[in-house]
Amino acid sequence: MMKRFWQDNSTPMLCTKLGVTVVAMFSFAIFIMPPLYDLFCDITGLNGKTGDAYVLEESSSINDLGVDTSRKIKVQFIASNNENMPWEFRPTIKTIEVHPGEVAVINYFAHNPTQRDMVAQAVPSLVPFKAANYFHKTECFCFNQQPLAAGESAELGLSFIVDLEVPKQVNTITLSYTIFDITNQQQAKTVDEKPSSVVLATVN
Amino acid sequence: MLNTVNRLMARLFSSAFLLTASGYTLAEGGERSTINMPIGVTPISQDVYGLHMDIFWWCVGIGVVVFGVMFYSMIVHRKANGAKAANFHDSLALEVTWTILPFVILIIMAIPATKSLINLYDTSESEVDVVVTGYQWYWGYEYLDQDVSFFSRLSTPQEQIRNEAPKGENYLLEVDEPLVIPINKKIRFLVTSNDVIHAWWVPDFAVKRDAIPGYINESWAKVEKPGLYRGVCAELCGKDHGFMPIVVKAVPEAEYETWLADRREQAQKIKELAKKTFTLEELMAQGEQVYGQACLACHGANGEGGVGKAIAGSPIATGDIAAHLDIVVNGSSVNPAMAAFKDTLSEVDTAAVITYQRNAFGNNTGELVQPIDILKFKQGK
Amino acid sequence: MAHGPAKGFTRWLYTTNHKDIGSMYLWFSFAMFLLGGVFALVIRAELFEPGLQIVEPGFFNQMTTMHGLVMVFGAVMPAFVGLANWMIPMMVGAPDMALPRMNNWSFWILPFAFAMMVSTLFMEGGGPNFGWTFYAPLSTTYAPPSVTFFIFAVHIMGASSIMGSINIIATILNMRAPGMTLMKMPLFVWTWLITAYLLIAVMPVLAGVVTMMLMDIHFGTSFFDAAGGGDPVLFQHVFWFFGHPEVYIMILPAFGIVSAIIPTFARKPLFGYSSMVYATASIAFLSFIVWAHHMFTVGMPIAGELFFMYATMLIAVPTGVKVFNWVTTMFRGSMTFETPMLFSIAFVILFTIGGFSGLMLAIAPADFQYHDTYFVVAHFHYVLVPGAIFSITAGVYYWLPKWCGNMYNETMGKLQFWLAFIGLNLTFFPMHFVGLAGMQRRVPDYNQFFADFNMLSSMGAFLFGAAQILLLYNVISTIMGGKKATDEVWENPEGLEWTVASPAPYHTFSTPPEVK
Repeated sequence: MMKRFWQDNSTPMLCTKLGVTVVAMFSFAIFIMPPLYDLFCDITGLNGKTGDAYVLEESSSINDLGVDTSRKIKVQFIASNNENMPWEFRPTIKTIEVHPGEVAVINYFAHNPTQRDMVAQAVPSLVPFKAANYFHKTECFCFNQQPLAAGESAELGLSFIVDLEVPKQVNTITLSYTIFDITNQQQAKTVDEKPSSVVLATVN
Repeated sequence: MLNTVNRLMARLFSSAFLLTASGYTLAEGGERSTINMPIGVTPISQDVYGLHMDIFWWCVGIGVVVFGVMFYSMIVHRKANGAKAANFHDSLALEVTWTILPFVILIIMAIPATKSLINLYDTSESEVDVVVTGYQWYWGYEYLDQDVSFFSRLSTPQEQIRNEAPKGENYLLEVDEPLVIPINKKIRFLVTSNDVIHAWWVPDFAVKRDAIPGYINESWAKVEKPGLYRGVCAELCGKDHGFMPIVVKAVPEAEYETWLADRREQAQKIKELAKKTFTLEELMAQGEQVYGQACLACHGANGEGGVGKAIAGSPIATGDIAAHLDIVVNGSSVNPAMAAFKDTLSEVDTAAVITYQRNAFGNNTGELVQPIDILKFKQGK
Repeated sequence: MAHGPAKGFTRWLYTTNHKDIGSMYLWFSFAMFLLGGVFALVIRAELFEPGLQIVEPGFFNQMTTMHGLVMVFGAVMPAFVGLANWMIPMMVGAPDMALPRMNNWSFWILPFAFAMMVSTLFMEGGGPNFGWTFYAPLSTTYAPPSVTFFIFAVHIMGASSIMGSINIIATILNMRAPGMTLMKMPLFVWTWLITAYLLIAVMPVLAGVVTMMLMDIHFGTSFFDAAGGGDPVLFQHVFWFFGHPEVYIMILPAFGIVSAIIPTFARKPLFGYSSMVYATASIAFLSFIVWAHHMFTVGMPIAGELFFMYATMLIAVPTGVKVFNWVTTMFRGSMTFETPMLFSIAFVILFTIGGFSGLMLAIAPADFQYHDTYFVVAHFHYVLVPGAIFSITAGVYYWLPKWCGNMYNETMGKLQFWLAFIGLNLTFFPMHFVGLAGMQRRVPDYNQFFADFNMLSSMGAFLFGAAQILLLYNVISTIMGGKKATDEVWENPEGLEWTVASPAPYHTFSTPPEVK
C-alpha cells in the first residue's frame, strides 16, 4: 500500500503518454483535419467544391452510355470579384441547357483595367451541393492561376460534363466563380509558371 | 426615461402573462411580437414557428414536472418543518425510466424537425434567382438572367445614430434600395460574400444563410403576402456589422415586372447620361453630393483627411488624372481601406466626384473629368 | 515533519504547495472575472439605449471579444483549476498534487498570457475585435495587427491548461489514498478527471487552429483563404471541434461541485452516484460529435445537418439524468438553505432553463431563426453564469470555512445570492425575447423595438456586478476573522476534506488516510 502511494513509478509514464496525446492532437488539428475536411468536401460536395480535372477514360460510363437526351439540365454561371479585385470578370453566356453526358464549353471574359500586371485565382463553387459530384470539369481556368498584363483581356475556357447519374431532383446547377487577386502572394514566390494553357484567346 | 420605465413595466407584466397564459404572444392585431419569433410569411417560416412552439411547450411541460417536484420537496422536506431525511440513493427502475422517457420525447420532436429540414433544403424548381453578395458593410443583389443588379445600403442618417436627431420608426432597419421580389413565386437566394463572412437573415422568411467569400450557399422563400420585410446581417463581420440591414419588398408579379423594366430603363439612362458632356458647375454640384455620401466619412468634410489621407493638396488629387481615376475606380492596391468604386458609383457620379476633388478644398486645378473619360478608363482605353 | 509556508512574496512565487497554488488560481480568476465584468458593463452601458453613446462600434467589438475570452479562459477555467488544486488532493487523500513544480509553472504563466492579451487593447489598431470565436477571415486577413499577440496569449493559456490537466490526471490516477477506489471518489474528482481528459484532447486543437491562423497571416499558407485553395469554413470546423468540448469543460466540474453540496444540505446521500459518473462520461463523449450544431447556417449537406441535430438532441438524455438525480436527492431529504445550497438550487433551475433553450437550438430548422441572435446569447449565459459562476461561488462558500477556518457571514452570503439571482435573471431572461423578436448578436446599436428589454438587461447587469463586490467583501472579511468553523463545518458532510482540521493545515495527509 505504502509503496503504491509514495513510490508510484507510473506517474512519469502517465505524463509521457498524456504528452504524446497532446502532440498527437496538435498534429491532428494541423496536418490531418484540413486534408480530412477536403476529403469530406469531395465526398459530400460540401461548399460545392467541384474537385480537380476530370479525365475521360475509354471505359468510363459516359462514353459507354453516351448522352441522355431525355433530360435537360439548366446550368447557370455566376461571377464575383473578391474585395479590391478590379478586374472585369463575367461569363460570356449566363445560362445554358445541357443533356447529361454531353460535353459543353463556355467562356468567361476577364479584363485587367489597371495599370499593373496582375495574377488572379478563380475559385469555383457549385449549388446544389448534391450535384457537385456529378459535375465534371474536363478543362477549367480555375485549375491554374491567371496572369493578365495591364490592360489585357482574355477569354477563359471551361468545359464540363454533367454526369449521366445526376440525381433526378437536380434540374438546375449554379456554378459560381469568385476571382481573387493573388498578385502579392505571387510576388513573394518567383513567377516562373507558364501562362495557363486554357487562355483560349487573348483579346486586346 | 420615465416613459420607458412605464412602458417597460406595462410590457413586462403583459408579456409575462402572455407567455405563461397562451404562449401566443403576437401583440396587438397581428403586429410583430416583441417577445416571440415572427410567424412569418412563407410556408417554411410558419413551419419553423410551429416547431419552435411545439418544442417550447415540451420544455414547459418537462419544466413544470421537474420544478414541481423540486419545489414540492423544497417546501415540504425542509429541516425547519421537521422533515427527517430518508436514506435511499439508488433505483434502477427510476434511472431506466428517466433515460428512456426523454429519448422517446426526443424522437417525437425529431420527426417533424427532419421533415421541415428536408423541405427547407429543397431549392429545386425556383422561378426567380437572386444572387446576394455581402460586402463590408452593405449588400449587393443581382437578378440572374435579368441584367439587373444594385447595392443596398443603410439609409438611416448618421445624426440619428449619433443621437442628434430623433430616431425614425425603422431606425437601422431601412435601406436606400430594397430587394424587390414577386409574391407566390419560389425565389432562390444564392448567397456569397466579397470579403469576410456575413449572414443574410430575414426573420419573416426564416431564411438565414452564411455568406462565405469564395463559396455560394442557397436558400429559398415563397412569400405569400405583399409587404416590406426587414432583416439584418447575423454574422459578425467587423466594425459596422450592426449597420447593414436588409429590406425585402414583396409585390404582386405584375408590379415586379414593371419594376424590373424600370430598373433596366434606369440603367440605360445612366449609360446614356455617361455620354453627355457636363459643365464644371454641374459636375461640382453633383460631386459635392457624391463626396458627402462616399468620401466624407474617411476623408473629412473639407478634404482634411481622417481615417483616409487628406485630399486637400494631395498629390493624387492635384497631379496626374489617370492616377486619380485609377485609385477611385479600382481602389488602392496597398491600402484595403480605400475601396474600389468601380461598381458602386456610376460613371457620372465618378466623374463628378473626381472633378469636385480636383477643384474643391483649394485644389484649384481647373481640370474637368467627363463621364465618358471614366467609361473609357473602365474599358481600358 | 510539516513546515509552514515561506514568508513574503517568494512564498507565492516559488510555492509548490497545492493550497497556495489553488488560492492563487482563485484570486487570479476573480480578478479576471471582475475585468471581464467591466468589459461586460461597457457593453451593457452602450446597449442601455438605442443610438451610439459611449463607445464606437470598433471598440464595442473589442469589448465583446475580450469579455468572452477573459471570462472563458481567465475567469471560469482558472477558477475550476484553483478549486481542483485545493480540493482534489484533500478529497483523494493525497499530500499534494503529483507534479508540484509543474503546478507552479502552469499557474505563473497565466498572468503573463493575460497581460499580453489585455495589452493589445492599447496597441495601434486595437485589440482582437472578431468575437471570441475569431472566425477567419475576419481574424486573419482583416484582423488588426495585434492579432499575433492574441495568438501567442492563447498558446500560453493552452499550455497552462494542458499542464494543469496532466497534473490533475496524474494526481487522481496515482495519488489516491489506499482504499479510495475510482467508484468511491467524490463526483467533483470524477468530473474533473473527465474534464482533464477533454482538455488534453482539445486544447491542442485550439493551439492548432491559432497556429494555422498565425501561418496564414505571416507565412503565406492558405488554410483558411479560398484564394490559395483553403476554406474559411474549415476554420469553423476545427474551432468548434475544440469549442464544443470546451463548453463542457466549463460545466462538468460544476456538476461535481453541485453534487457535493446538494447531499450535504439535503442530509441525504447523492441519488444515483454511478449513473452520474456514466452520464458525465457520455456527455464528454457526445461533446466530440456535435460540434457542427454551431454552424447549421453555414451550408452543410442535409445528411450532416441531420446527424448533428440528432447527436445534439441526444445530449439532453444524460443531462436530464443528472438533473433528475439532483432533484431526487433533494426529495424526502431534510433540507436547509445555507448560501452554498441556495446557489446550487439556483444552478439546477437555471441550468435546466439553459438546457431547454439548448434543446430548442438543437432543432436545426428552428436554429435558422435562433442562430446568432440574442436567443443564443441568452442560452449560453444561462448555462454559463448559473452553471459555472454560480457553482464556483457555491463551492467557494462551501469550502471557504475549511480553507481559512472561519465561517463566512451567512446573511451577507444570502443577500449576495438574491442580488446575483435577480440580477442574472433580469439581465439574461429578456435576451430570449429580443433574440426571438429578431435582434442579432454583437451589435452596438439596435432599433427602438428592442429598447425596453435591453434597458432591463443593462440594469440587471449592473445589479449582478454589484453583487460580486459583496462576494469579494465577504470572502476578505472571512479570511480576516469571524466565527471559528468546526472541522466538519456542516452537518455530517461527506468526504475526506472534512476529516482534517479547519483551517486545513499547510500539509494534509502526509500519511495517507485509510478509506473504508
